[in-house]
Amino acid sequence: MDIQLKRGLLDVCVLAAIKNEDSYGYQIIKDMKPYVEISESTLYPILRRLESAQLLTVRTAEHHGRLRKYYHITDQGLARIEAFKEDWNEIMAIYRFVVKEDEENE
Amino acid sequence: MNKQAFLSALRKGLTGLPKDDIEHSIEFYSEMLDDRIEEGMSEEEAAASVGNIDDIVSQILSETSLTKLVKAKVKPNRALRIWEIILLVLGSPIWLPLLLAVIVVIFAVYIVIWSVVVCVYAVDVSLAAGGIAGFVGLFVYYAAGNIAGGLMFAGAGFTCIGLSILLFFASNQIAKGILFLSGKIIGWIKSLFIKREGVL
Repeated sequence: MDIQLKRGLLDVCVLAAIKNEDSYGYQIIKDMKPYVEISESTLYPILRRLESAQLLTVRTAEHHGRLRKYYHITDQGLARIEAFKEDWNEIMAIYRFVVKEDEENE
Repeated sequence: MNKQAFLSALRKGLTGLPKDDIEHSIEFYSEMLDDRIEEGMSEEEAAASVGNIDDIVSQILSETSLTKLVKAKVKPNRALRIWEIILLVLGSPIWLPLLLAVIVVIFAVYIVIWSVVVCVYAVDVSLAAGGIAGFVGLFVYYAAGNIAGGLMFAGAGFTCIGLSILLFFASNQIAKGILFLSGKIIGWIKSLFIKREGVL
């Protein structure tokens, strides 16, 4: 898949993974796995980017005697997901057009 | 590789980045390893499944801006001593021009590289212009009754346009190649800042 496109999609995927409840790194990877494979080295910069864009906040909590970072989605993050859904309607319209044109040529 | 070895290899790979960034990365990957170990993996399995350290390092570097790398590099780890400041000030007539010269040379190299691209496109445009001129010549000579001369102009025009079309694709490839090269150079400059840590 096109790298720029995938990058934008993964940002939203990560936000979706923490939408309903706060989550931590490994859990995010596991939750996304059935839909899209993502590695730690990909997830890490995304989390940092989303944090500095204030789409999520980070808190550290103790877990079994060690510290773990939990990610919490902000209102801006939720708005981003909504914006993505809006965009997707447009993209689907373009997709249907592309497929239709393609079929008519066959 | 166990957890400790993994984290120290990662730390080593990130040497030269701002301290906070290194700690942040180490915390993240340490947590990742712990979560896997808690799930029943051995330390070695966990380290293997988190991924290749070189990939991790290059990913982090590519997300770190060049200015940030330079800042981290230029800012000394300790306060400068008085005599160092005096030396820096007194030495400025020497090192300042040298530094400027280095920057100017790098800049000049960039300009030279890009002028090659501009040149190629300029040749392409002039060929296209030549082609158009050929057709104008055709009509001028035809109007004057010199058909042979007109045909010669038309032939030259066609040749020019043909060459310009071919050259257009070639120029695009050259521009792409140079763009790729520029990216490589930036990457190389970044790597200079990373690997030189112990020296400065």
